[in-house]
Amino acid sequence: MGIDHESVVAVSKSWGLFYLIAMAAGVLVYTLWPGNRKRFTRAKTSILDKNDRPGE
Amino acid sequence: MVTGLTVSERHMALFVLGALALAGLAMAVGGRGDPLAVHGYIVLAFSLGLGFVVLSALFAPEPPESRLSEYYDDPTRVGIILSLAWAVAGMFVGVWVAALLAWPELTFVDSAWASFGRLRPVHTSGVIFGFGGNALIATSFHVLQRTSRARLPDQFSPWFVLIGYNLFCLIAASGYLIGVTQSKEYAEPEWYADIWLVIVWVAYFVLYIRTLQRRKEPHIYVANWYYMAFILVVAVLHIVNNLAVPVTFGHAKSYSLFSGVQDAMTQWWYGHNAVAFFLTSGFLGMMYYYLPKRAGRPIFSYRLSIISFWGITFMYMWAGAHHLHYTALPQWVQTLGMTFSLVLLVPSWASAGNALATLNGAWHKVRDDATLRFMMVAAVFYGLSTFEGSFMAIRAVNSLSHYTDWTVGHVHAGALGWVAMITFGSLYALVPWMWKTERMYSPRLIELHFWLALAGTVVYVFAMWNSGIIQGLMWRTYNDSGTLAYSFIDSLVAMHPYYIARAFGGLLFLTGAVVCCVNVAMTIRMARHARKAEAGGDVPLYGQAGAAQAGE
Repeated sequence: MGIDHESVVAVSKSWGLFYLIAMAAGVLVYTLWPGNRKRFTRAKTSILDKNDRPGE
Repeated sequence: MVTGLTVSERHMALFVLGALALAGLAMAVGGRGDPLAVHGYIVLAFSLGLGFVVLSALFAPEPPESRLSEYYDDPTRVGIILSLAWAVAGMFVGVWVAALLAWPELTFVDSAWASFGRLRPVHTSGVIFGFGGNALIATSFHVLQRTSRARLPDQFSPWFVLIGYNLFCLIAASGYLIGVTQSKEYAEPEWYADIWLVIVWVAYFVLYIRTLQRRKEPHIYVANWYYMAFILVVAVLHIVNNLAVPVTFGHAKSYSLFSGVQDAMTQWWYGHNAVAFFLTSGFLGMMYYYLPKRAGRPIFSYRLSIISFWGITFMYMWAGAHHLHYTALPQWVQTLGMTFSLVLLVPSWASAGNALATLNGAWHKVRDDATLRFMMVAAVFYGLSTFEGSFMAIRAVNSLSHYTDWTVGHVHAGALGWVAMITFGSLYALVPWMWKTERMYSPRLIELHFWLALAGTVVYVFAMWNSGIIQGLMWRTYNDSGTLAYSFIDSLVAMHPYYIARAFGGLLFLTGAVVCCVNVAMTIRMARHARKAEAGGDVPLYGQAGAAQAGE
């Protein structure tokens, strides 16, 4: 089957939707996963550390 | 600075510069009688000149091992200076072309290079790629090392990225003046410059990944995600949109692989994502590091910053079609572009709101500190211009705004209000850290710059809103007999006062950038003097600090 205009439109109108929903769900699960809270908090506060040398 | 490179890195630099000089020679010989030859000579002179700089320190001793316990900031320092030099040059040409629009008789020499069509891309590339790009590269090296707590893996590749990128900018800007262009907006440079940029950009991405692999922090801070999206997506956009076949390898001219509406769609998929990933994503990375750092408060919601990252990354990809409303592009693709542009408002405002909420509890600092105020105003303009962008992407609104100065006003609300403001704010925070001084030379000059920049932006944007909407309305006003009420020249006459106001607003903004350069230059001088004075003292301060660190 050749890739013609109609088939590209059909794929983007159907699977395109599901792919975006799956993507959004994945991101939300990762972001709101309770176990990730600790590393996020560390990440956002550790940039305020005044030490200006590479870690050992 | 060359003495900071290891001996083998100096050899590597000489080898690469030699290869580049040979490439320049080949271009000069192969492109005889073609503009390509001019670029060949530029590449040759550029690489030979740098080659002499490296040669002059070739036999200097190896840099001390102690350098490995510090971050590598030389490329960042040079990048800051290059960025400011491009800012002044690019904005100067901007004021020039604005003046040409207000007073066309100003074309003082009757030669092609001084015409609007050739100067305008020098302005756009000068400020976007020269000023913005160098600021992104310089700050990304700084942010990457600090947030990873890791030094850059080697000292050669950051220089390759920074200097190689500036060679690209130089080839681009000089090419426009001699008439070399692909006539694709923001992608004007021809095939050989494009190939060079791909090489530089891949080296940039590899350097980023290698440093992240060395990180001592478990989590990759969100600013790096934005910088990486900038690097990765710009590579993809650049490669696809510039797929072209040169006439011969001895010719500057090439022909795009795409034609017709596919060409238009590819170009605006590129063009809009250049706005998204060059002018937004990278600068958001800047904002997510320097704003919390300067305010002394962590980002309001880290989770929100991640959600808006993925939102921006995935929505923007589909928004480009809004540049082609009412064209031969299929209606459904236009609607898709419009819809995604509207949804895009959500992650955009999430970022702007996150930045402003971070300042809660630090508003007294915003009042007193012009550096932080630059960043705050940038976040406000980011919110404003993303709202305006979503609004203008609506097909009915676009029928009024498209092809008018409203678009130009919108772009500058983003470019001056958001991109330049966050950059200046970040640079004012960064310069004292990089040159190890307590503060900038003059806080009052920062204050002056802030008000010049804000006044310039407001004057510019209001002038273009007025001019654009008047233009759009005049073009669609019909009289009783059903013909157009105004001729095109009528609309030009109506726009004239706004064009003068725009040139004035631009001049204010340029003046601010010059003030910034003076302040940075004086800060560097101040740092040098302080270091000399210290060297005369009894105990070397840095030795002391190093000893205390090592004992920890």
